[in-house]
Amino acid sequence: MNENRLTNILVPVFAVILGIIAGAIVMLVSGYDPIAGYSALLYGAFGDRYYIGETIRQVTPYILAGLAVAFAFRTGLFNIGVEGQLIVGWLAAVWVGVSFELPKVIHLPLAIVAAALAGALWGFIPGFLKARFRVHEVIVTIMMNYIALYVSNAVIRSVLSDQGFKSEKIHPSASLRSEFLQSLTDYSTLHYGIIISLIAAVVMWFLLEKTTTGYELRAVGFNQHASHYAGMNVNRNIILAMVISGAFAGIAGAMEGLGTFENVSVKAGFTGVGFDGIAVALLGGNNAFGIILAAILFGALKVGALEMPSAADVPTELVDIVIALIIFFVASSYLIRLVLTRFKKEGK
Amino acid sequence: MEYVIEMLNIRKVFGNFVANDNITLQLKKGEIHALLGENGAGKSTLMNVLFGLYQPDGGEIRVKGKKVNIANPNVANDLGIGMVHQHFMLVDTFTVTENIILGSEPKKGGQIDIERAEKEVRELSERYGLAVDPKAKIADISVGMQQRVEILKTLYRGADILIFDEPTAVLTPQEIQELIQIMKALVREGKSIILITHKLKEIMEVCDRVTVIRRGKGIGTLNVSETNPNELAALMVGREVHFKTEKQPPKVGKPVLEIEDLVVKDSRGITAVDHLHLTVHAGEIVGIAGVDGNGQTELIEAITGLIKSESGSIRLNGKEIRNLTPRQITETGVGHIPQDRHKHGLVLDFPIGENMVLQTYYKEPYSKRGILNFKAIYDKARQLIQEFDVRTPDEYTKARALSGGNQQKAIIGREVDRDPDLLIAAQPTRGLDVGAIEFIHKRLIEQRDKGKAVLLVSFELDEIMNVSDRIAVIYEGKIVAIVDPKETTEQELGLLMAGSKRKEAGVSS
Repeated sequence: MNENRLTNILVPVFAVILGIIAGAIVMLVSGYDPIAGYSALLYGAFGDRYYIGETIRQVTPYILAGLAVAFAFRTGLFNIGVEGQLIVGWLAAVWVGVSFELPKVIHLPLAIVAAALAGALWGFIPGFLKARFRVHEVIVTIMMNYIALYVSNAVIRSVLSDQGFKSEKIHPSASLRSEFLQSLTDYSTLHYGIIISLIAAVVMWFLLEKTTTGYELRAVGFNQHASHYAGMNVNRNIILAMVISGAFAGIAGAMEGLGTFENVSVKAGFTGVGFDGIAVALLGGNNAFGIILAAILFGALKVGALEMPSAADVPTELVDIVIALIIFFVASSYLIRLVLTRFKKEGK
Repeated sequence: MEYVIEMLNIRKVFGNFVANDNITLQLKKGEIHALLGENGAGKSTLMNVLFGLYQPDGGEIRVKGKKVNIANPNVANDLGIGMVHQHFMLVDTFTVTENIILGSEPKKGGQIDIERAEKEVRELSERYGLAVDPKAKIADISVGMQQRVEILKTLYRGADILIFDEPTAVLTPQEIQELIQIMKALVREGKSIILITHKLKEIMEVCDRVTVIRRGKGIGTLNVSETNPNELAALMVGREVHFKTEKQPPKVGKPVLEIEDLVVKDSRGITAVDHLHLTVHAGEIVGIAGVDGNGQTELIEAITGLIKSESGSIRLNGKEIRNLTPRQITETGVGHIPQDRHKHGLVLDFPIGENMVLQTYYKEPYSKRGILNFKAIYDKARQLIQEFDVRTPDEYTKARALSGGNQQKAIIGREVDRDPDLLIAAQPTRGLDVGAIEFIHKRLIEQRDKGKAVLLVSFELDEIMNVSDRIAVIYEGKIVAIVDPKETTEQELGLLMAGSKRKEAGVSS
């Protein structure tokens, strides 16, 4: 049992190490200095207070997107629609943020709840279609992403602005910005969202592992027939799983809308955060704590990469290649597992 | 005496669990050697060691007198050891020949020489009397034939030593007889066979010697001609086993389950249960005898709410429960040991402890205001594991890791513990060994003696005759006869089940 747990931790760690080594080889072959490149990456992620602030800010939506993917996955569903749920959450949060002027204790929670509800609605539709008509959630969620993107753009143009490209800035009463956190981190864009995302991780863990609802969701995820036999409402649980997953994704959107940008603008394409959430969940083993660690890694790679072109002349595209390689090695964890067990045997 | 295989003092440990503890098995050339043990006794582990899937932690293996290290199944193949798996490893859409040559295809100029392969397969098949058509598709041939393809696969790879892993579990009685003939033909041709089984009748019929293991320990090797089923059963289980379960005459009470005019359609929309009448009283076991596919599955799923019925009435203690949800029916007092324990009975990826509260997790003490109380859950699990002799390393082990018999005991423990007024047992002993069967029969009779109603569905006539107080024969969705097990014979039941003889039935007695 403990040996298994150790392997579960070692596999993603080795995947990351292998990804970094493979990335170094790619840099070498392309004629860049990998040591300078990685030093710049590391400095750009954790080098000083400002960079640390930026990294944490980037980690915030990654945690929530990872939780959203993992929650659905733990209940046997593959939610590719986190991106779309995030976009509608972002839109809803900003909409509430600009439309009302309320005391902060009401306005901020209201905006976050609106984002969660919007994401939940975007999750409910594929959940309902799956439960009622057995339509595969992967197809529906992919399509829902496009609907979210273009609906959001249309609303921004015609409702939240006068044919403009972005909404007004939200009222300060709905903002997650924190002067305290900003001053602590040399005026980065760090905001209170990180606290919300950490709370969300605890909520996911508690909900899945400690409650009867989580018990049902996990049972349905593993074996629908046995769940039906045991008297659980399988369809209700499928919908509930997608709704909760969508709510996490919606809150991830609120982090961007209420914290990082304080507005919402017309997007030419997807933010990518929702899709990265799939990788975060995978690397984090669909476990709340693992997701936090994986989100830190992804946030650091993303923010640190910005430093690589200027400090080491390495193009940011290479960082994307390294990230892809890490995901590749996690996905082929079977191979790593095999090597690990081989080592263990020889050690005996 | 020459031994082709010697496994000497084999030891295999998984974590803290000793699966094989100094087991010795010696196989003579040209013999059929049985490996007998209960579910979970360590038979499969021992054979997986021999086949190279596991590495032993102690002991040594000798093939034809030479010490060998079987690092993987390829080494086993090279040594002439072949395994006929219980679960067939065949590609359904390939032909017999394609399946057999898979992995060692004969080639001619870069192409597979299918004609040569077919010829070889046909020759092998004829030599051992297997009567397999090399060109038939796997999907089109019977389970018995598929098993012969597995046998051919090992022979094609030049195996001299064949391991059969519970080969009769999936076969009909007639196919079993044919398999026995095949095994005899194989040893006549100089092959040696290890037969993994827990069926004593087969050992007495076909084997020369038998090695018994119990809870991972080697108990000994006997000549079959010098032993008998009772002795073998006692050695295997570690105590006396009664094939006929003792029971008092039933104290029949009021009707518990009353089914009237029930119509159920199957998943294809064909009427599977056809205006069926049946009553089960408190304090009796009613056995439903019938050939598979005569509406038994649909009847049970309709009673338990897993599928909807078309019309009629199902009353439990006078309360109408037809087309209620499974949870409502469970709460009314129905326990259900499902036919397919992997599909319905267990969430295999849950720990065995969490499986013990599958229907009761939302009630106190297992949860309070929606929060699970793991202490109460695992206390209950420990109690049931102890009480029902579920052999598992601990209550946190995943249900998947348990042997079939122990999974079944866990389900029975869970269902009986809820103390339902009606206990439905569908094929409760399928694939289990004599010790577990005896245990389960005792538990069913215990429920009856506590004044509960028990509905037993089984395709094993032995079981129906042995356990039931009344036998209801089902044929084409109707109860065609209700007979007293003391006044009937297997022949009469067989005729009734085949629909060739009808008795006035259906009305409750």
